[in-house]
Amino acid sequence: MTWSEMQPLLTQGTLDTLYMVLWSTLVTVAGGLPLGVLLVLTDKGGLLQNTPVNKVVGTVVNIGRSLPFLILLIALIPFTTLVVGTFIGPTAMIVPLAIGAIPFFARLVETAVREVDAGLVEAVQSMGGSIPVIVRKVLLPQALPSLVSGVTTTVIVLIGYSAMAGAVGGEGLGSKAVTYGFQRFETEFMLVTVVILVALVSIVQLLGDGTVRLLVRRGRAAA
Amino acid sequence: MITTTGLTKVYSARGREVAALDGVDLHVREGEVFGVIGQSGAGKSSLIRCVNLLERPTSGTVTVAGQDLTALAGRGRRASRDLRAARTRIGMVFQHFNLLSSRTVQDNVELPLEILGASGADRSRKARELLDLVGLADKAAAYPGQLSGGQKQRVGIARALAGDPKVLLSDEATSALDPETTRSILRLLRDLNRELGLTVLLITHEMDVVKSVCDSAALMRKGKIIESGTVSELLATPGSELAHELFPVGGEPSGPDRTVLDVTFHGETATRPVISRLSRTYNVDISILGAAMDTVGGRQIGRMRIELPGRYEDNVVPIGFLREQGLQIDVVDRGTGAAGPPAAVLPGTRAAEAVAT
Ligand SMILES: Nc1ncnc2c1ncn2[C@@H]1O[C@H](COP(=O)(O)OP(=O)(O)OP(=O)(O)O)[C@@H](O)[C@H]1O
Ligand SMILES: [Mg+2]
Repeated sequence: MTWSEMQPLLTQGTLDTLYMVLWSTLVTVAGGLPLGVLLVLTDKGGLLQNTPVNKVVGTVVNIGRSLPFLILLIALIPFTTLVVGTFIGPTAMIVPLAIGAIPFFARLVETAVREVDAGLVEAVQSMGGSIPVIVRKVLLPQALPSLVSGVTTTVIVLIGYSAMAGAVGGEGLGSKAVTYGFQRFETEFMLVTVVILVALVSIVQLLGDGTVRLLVRRGRAAA
Repeated sequence: MITTTGLTKVYSARGREVAALDGVDLHVREGEVFGVIGQSGAGKSSLIRCVNLLERPTSGTVTVAGQDLTALAGRGRRASRDLRAARTRIGMVFQHFNLLSSRTVQDNVELPLEILGASGADRSRKARELLDLVGLADKAAAYPGQLSGGQKQRVGIARALAGDPKVLLSDEATSALDPETTRSILRLLRDLNRELGLTVLLITHEMDVVKSVCDSAALMRKGKIIESGTVSELLATPGSELAHELFPVGGEPSGPDRTVLDVTFHGETATRPVISRLSRTYNVDISILGAAMDTVGGRQIGRMRIELPGRYEDNVVPIGFLREQGLQIDVVDRGTGAAGPPAAVLPGTRAAEAVAT
C-alpha cells in the first residue's frame, strides 16, 4: 500500500472517528450529568434524599459500567436499529457508544459534585436558594474543573470504544485498521492508524488538562 | 425580633442520641447585637442553624420578625417556598466564609439578588453599593482566592446584606481571623447594626467579642441557656458567670483566714471613695489584689478584688456597708480554706459564689 492509497482511507477513518466521538460525547454528557447529580442529591443526607431512587439508579449505573463494551455493542443491536434504523455506520454507533459511556461519566460526575464543599450549599440555602438554584449556581460551577477532567477521560474512553466498534459494523479508524491493517496484513497501515489514535488521545488530554488548569488558576490565584 | 420557645434538637447518629438543644428559650430584641457564648459542643451552632431552619428543630418554635418559621417549614426535608422566601430576609455569615471560588467577589454578592430575581442592572448596582459599604469596592473583579481572610469575611457580610435582611446571623464569623482583623470585622458589624438597624445574633467562644459588640448575651451549656440578659443586667447580677467572664479580675488570697471580695462599681459609685471610707470606719486593713476599669457594652465599669483580714463571718458588717454604698459585692473566698473547687465556665476562670443580699 502506498501513501497515496492510504491517505484517503485514513482521512475518511479519522473524520468518521471524530464524528462518532463528538456526538457520542454530547449524548453522554447530556445523559450522564443529570444522572450523576441525581446520584448525589438522592443519596443519604442529600438534598433530595431518596433511597429507592438512589439504589435503582446506582444499580443500573453499576451494571452499565461492568458490562464489557463489545457485549453491550452486540446486545444493543436491536435497540440501535430501532432508534437509528440501522446498526451499521458511524451514526448508528453513537447509540452504543453513548450508552456505554453514560454510566462511566455519571460516576465521574457524582464524584466531582460530591467534592463540592457542603458549606457552600448551606450558604445558598441560607439565602433562600432552591434545589435547582443550588445545582445550577453552586454544584455544577464549583465542580467545573473536575467535570472538565471527567469529560476528558470520557472522550478518551470513547475514542477507544469507537475503535472497538469498528470491528462490529462501525466506521472510523478502528474499522479501517481491521479491514486493511489486520485482514490484509498491511502492517504499515496499521502502524499509521495507531499513531493517529495516539495523537488524538494526546491532543484531547492536552486540551482537557489545559482547560482544567485555567479554571483552577482562576479560582485559586494568589493576589 | 428572634424568639425561640422550648427549642430542642436531638441528633441521632449511629443509634446514639445527642440532645444538642434542650429547651432553649431565646429572645433577641429588634436592633440589638446578641451574643451567644459557650464551650465547644454546647449547642451554639445548632441553635443558630435552627433559627433559619438550616437545621430542623426536633420540637419548639422559632419566630423571626413576627413570622413563625417552624410553621412555614412544611413536612418534608425540603424547604418550602415560604421558608425560602423568609430566609431571603435573614442574612448569615459563616466561620469559613463559604464564598464560591468559581465567582468573582462582585458575582458572589450578586448571588442572593439572583435568587430574588433582581434584574442585572439592579444586581450590579446593589452589589457595588454593598462592596463600598464593607470597604472592598476595589476588589469587585477579584476572585475569593485572591483575598485575605478579613476581606473574604467582608465579602461574606456584603453578600449576607444583599437581600436587605432585618436579621443577621453569624456563626463564629471571626474565629478564623487574627485579633486585629477580628476587631475590624466586629467594628463593621457594630456599624451595620447602628446604621441599618440590623438585629445581629452572633455565636462566639471569645468573650472579647461579646465585650466589644454585644448589647445582650447568653451563656450556653449542654444545650441549655444558663444565663441571659443585657450586658448591664448581667454585670449587675451577683454571681453571674457571664459577668465574671466579661470582666475578670485576678488575684489570689495572700493566706488562710482572709475574705476575698469582688467589688463592682457602676456609674456614679465609681467616683466615691468607698474603700478608704470602709477602712477608716471599720478600721480594717484592705489589700487590693487586682483591679480593672473597662468599657463593657458601652458602659464604663470598674471592678476590684479586695482582701479583708478574717473569715467571712468576721466581715459581715463591712460587707453590708459596701452593699449599702450601692456596690455590687461578690464573695470569692470566705476564708474557710474550703471554698470548694471553682466552677469553671471557661478554662482558667473561677465563678463567684452568689450571695443574696
Ligand atoms: N449533624 C450532627 N449529627 C450528630 N451530632 C451533631 C451534629 N451536629 C452537632 N452535633 C452534636 O451536637 C452537639 C452540639 O454541637 P454544636 O455544633 O451545636 O456545638 P457548638 O456549641 O457550636 O460547638 P463549637 O464551639 O465546637 O462549634 C455536639 O455534641 C455535637 O457533637
Ligand atoms: Mg459551632
